[in-house]
Amino acid sequence: MPTKVIMPKLGESIVEGTVTAWLKEEGEKIEEYESLLDVETDKVTSEVPSPASGTILKILVPEGETVEVGTILAWIGEPGDNIPDEGKDIDHDDEPVETPDDKSIPDEAVPQKEAGRDEKLGYISPVVSRLAQAKNVDLTKVKGTGMDERITKKDVLKYLEAQESKTEAEIPIWETPADGDLFRPTEMVFAKKDEELPPQKQTTTSGVPGETLPLSPMRKRIAEHMQQSKRIAPHVTTVMEADMSRVARHRAIVNQEAGESGIHLTYTPYLLAAIVSGLKAVPLANSSWTDQGIRIHKHINLGMAVALPEGGLIVPVIMNADELSLVGIAKKVIDLSERARVGDLKPDEVQNGTFTLTNHGIKGSLFATPVINQPQSGILGAGTIQKRPVVVNDAIAIKPMVYLSYTFDHRILDGASADTFLAHVVESLENWQ
Amino acid sequence: MPLSNEKKKEMFWTMLLSRRLDERAWVLHRQGKIAFHISGIGQEAAQVGAVYAIEKGKDWLVPYYRDLSMLIAMGMSPTDFVMSLMGKAQEPSSGARQMPSHFSLRQANIVSHSAPVATQSPHASGIGLGIKMDGKDEVVLTTIGEGSTSQGEWYEAVNFAAIHQLPVVFLVENNRYAISVPQEKQMAVSSAADKACGLGLPGIEVDGTQMFEVYDAVKEAVDNARKGDGPSVIEAKMYRLTPHSSDDDDRSYRTREEVEHFKKEDPIIVMKEQLIEQGLMTEEEYKTLEEKAKKSVDDAVEEATRAPYPKGEEAATPVYAEEENHD
Amino acid sequence: MTEITMVEAIRQAMDEELARDDRVFIIGEDVGVRGGVFRATQGLFEKYGEERVMDSPLAELTIVGVGVGAALYGKRPICEIQFADFIYPAFNQIVSEASKMYYRSNGQWTVPMVIRAPYGGGIGGGLYHSQSVEAFFTHVPGLKVVIPSNPYDAKGLLKSAVRDPNPVMFFEPKKGYRLIKGEVPEDQEYTVPIGPAKVTREGQDLTVFAYGMMHHYALQAAEKAAEEGIDVEVVDLRTLYPIDQETILKSVRKTSKALIVHEDNLTGGYGAEVAATIAEWGFKDLDAPVRRLAGPDVPAVPFSHPMQEWFMVNTEKIANAIRDLAAF
Repeated sequence: MPTKVIMPKLGESIVEGTVTAWLKEEGEKIEEYESLLDVETDKVTSEVPSPASGTILKILVPEGETVEVGTILAWIGEPGDNIPDEGKDIDHDDEPVETPDDKSIPDEAVPQKEAGRDEKLGYISPVVSRLAQAKNVDLTKVKGTGMDERITKKDVLKYLEAQESKTEAEIPIWETPADGDLFRPTEMVFAKKDEELPPQKQTTTSGVPGETLPLSPMRKRIAEHMQQSKRIAPHVTTVMEADMSRVARHRAIVNQEAGESGIHLTYTPYLLAAIVSGLKAVPLANSSWTDQGIRIHKHINLGMAVALPEGGLIVPVIMNADELSLVGIAKKVIDLSERARVGDLKPDEVQNGTFTLTNHGIKGSLFATPVINQPQSGILGAGTIQKRPVVVNDAIAIKPMVYLSYTFDHRILDGASADTFLAHVVESLENWQ
Repeated sequence: MPLSNEKKKEMFWTMLLSRRLDERAWVLHRQGKIAFHISGIGQEAAQVGAVYAIEKGKDWLVPYYRDLSMLIAMGMSPTDFVMSLMGKAQEPSSGARQMPSHFSLRQANIVSHSAPVATQSPHASGIGLGIKMDGKDEVVLTTIGEGSTSQGEWYEAVNFAAIHQLPVVFLVENNRYAISVPQEKQMAVSSAADKACGLGLPGIEVDGTQMFEVYDAVKEAVDNARKGDGPSVIEAKMYRLTPHSSDDDDRSYRTREEVEHFKKEDPIIVMKEQLIEQGLMTEEEYKTLEEKAKKSVDDAVEEATRAPYPKGEEAATPVYAEEENHD
Repeated sequence: MTEITMVEAIRQAMDEELARDDRVFIIGEDVGVRGGVFRATQGLFEKYGEERVMDSPLAELTIVGVGVGAALYGKRPICEIQFADFIYPAFNQIVSEASKMYYRSNGQWTVPMVIRAPYGGGIGGGLYHSQSVEAFFTHVPGLKVVIPSNPYDAKGLLKSAVRDPNPVMFFEPKKGYRLIKGEVPEDQEYTVPIGPAKVTREGQDLTVFAYGMMHHYALQAAEKAAEEGIDVEVVDLRTLYPIDQETILKSVRKTSKALIVHEDNLTGGYGAEVAATIAEWGFKDLDAPVRRLAGPDVPAVPFSHPMQEWFMVNTEKIANAIRDLAAF
């Protein structure tokens, strides 16, 4: 029977790999352990050895194609062998079935605990006792997260899961008893698990007085959104400072001219306008990561984080900010932030941003490491504007300074390109006309 | 239509057979062969007289636990009854789930009743309501002891039947005692029939030792009910010649002299003499009837003794009906 | 599908059953011209006449006792007890007669009847318009005890109850009569079987068992808990007697934690039976003690608003019990 060659799991958290080169062609003979193909993942590039000796009967995944871990790449056997009709199916293991006896950890006898109160472990519930006995779990090795740190059913299940992965990780792939498939992908189960958030640990309040605040839908949304962003995008923050003297002067004049009836400018429109000019200079910073490639956005839609009176925040979006004047931007800022605070934004006014500004300086923060608003590639944080002594032409001068913290997605930008963008923003502010 | 002589003799036979059967139950109890008996001795004339006034198989009987004679008249065999005394599986009222004398005979339209008194009365009114709704000319006869007419349940039942003019005859078998409590402590009226006037229906009092008088009174009430003229209350006065049940000692609440006095008014004696007096029955014929009754009771005891007990686990059913019983 | 109230669902069920089967009739206090004090029989008197929508004397024993008799005769009475609190005069007829008739006659006599009664507090009804009485009847073989929690079930279960050959106690959460709305198919005949409980919300962390008004609140509490990351399964017991052990134990096998909620007093309440069932047959599945949340052991629901609030189980109290059990 032919042997399958599958996309190996070349590291923790790796879920897919790209076939970069086949080192043998269909019909060629190959020895076991002889290199068969090159595989690239986002972490490593590796030669994959053949799992068996024989003839390469069929190559299923061509060079350049990226497939999930476990996908069958090729078949090796004797000429004339029938290739099982498995196509490119992913060779998942069956989900473990929750029956008491099928996944025991068999090695050694472990002390068993009856349900009830245990001197060291505290309360052992009936189901914990039953699971431990059925699966041969030494409960002294399980960390309890329940009330008074008792061991819960979930703790045992988690422990079993971990044990299972440990057990299997320790067994070399080539020793895994199977039907001749060396890369038997039980790991797929774990790869899938990585995809999911670990279950929220229920914090026990035992012994610590306090109250649990209920989660508002907004709080939940923010939590999910932030967590997801941190998980999918490698965040890097770079900080520069800008001299706001010219902006301050310009602002004073405009506001004076406008009088009491006109548009009153804050610093926010200036920051937004400076971001526009930075993004125009470095379009890569106005982009989103997609699996197909980096998408450079045609328009510049600027989100601005607005803190809400009852807590939480919302990010209304100024669409096509690159087509607006400073006053145009200012009008938008006033309109959107006012309506944001009274909860009067339309759904499409909080969508489709391509870059975000967060004004964390309002309460005195100097610089921060903001979290990217997915699926954007960057967020700029502006600290508080404060007069500081700075050295200008070897003399000490007092200037209104601001720290600009730019968090970018390292998948898209590198330090150099990111700093180029940020430098443009700084330059635009410092040379305001 | 007056009762034929044949019918009258048949009625007396029913009384006599019931009496001998009832007496045998006491004997069996004292022999330790049965656990319990509740007696109708002294009430046979009223029971047989009343039940002959309804149409067997068409009309409805909602009895109480002293109505052995009624059941015998309606087709329960002596063997059936002795089986119920013994708790035998084939006992027809309840498959030996109930105590003896808690009767039910579906095929004769005799409805199952319980030991808490007067609970049967609203059922009679409900059946009467059903009859009226369907526009049928059926009638319900329901019986009760005089003590039980103290229950609100009886008043409510009579009240409802009176409101809706239902075809129900409420027969009160006044045997003067409710276990130990005499009539004077049950009611301030001399007859339970007097209670009817306050509820708006006729109340009739009749001598319960006179079978044919009872028949006539109940027959008139049944005819009225069938015509749509509504319900009646009839009280038949009699005397409970035995203690309340096989476990009771009536010496604690009534004198032997009193009992001896009423023994002279024993309806068996009264009706026997009446039939002989009227030339409907000879002393010879009576003796033949006695022999026949004795044989019937002997046979019943023998047959019932041979009959099997139910299995313990048969008690598990029937709790819920899968479908309504239409028989 | 149209959204209707509980009481309208109940009214529709009776309307349809009266139309379907001319043996069916309603008897109770003020059910006729008045259409019932809660309007559950509104319009039926006009439609079916005074004999089939019958005003009874002011006597609950009469309602049920006559109902039993009519059922024996072959009718299918729907007996309305105006408030469950008033059911006790009829207790003898229900417990001693209706429930035992089939058994005591060895199957000769059936009592196909429904006894409807609005139950429960939270409506300012004080001691005698607020009681929950189900526990008295869930102790009685021969009876079936049903408590719906939503219009769909109320209609489907009531129709099943009317067609059932046994006496069915049908307790209606009166606070939910107009408060609880739900979709019910229009012009489409359906019934909901008596017997099975229903998992109304899937969850992993713990199970809340409830019925009637408390089921309504349990679902709300589960949503609250979900916002806090607690994944609650909710089971609507619906038919309390006979008990659906299978559904109860299946859910406990899954979640290993059980909270039973009822409005009736705690001690000897229906929760005790559910808890005992779990303890007896699901012990090895348990990861926490079985919890009960119920009305306090005082004689009945007091009238004054703050005292009533103190008595009543509500969404917040259920949510707190969920939090406690989840944290165990």
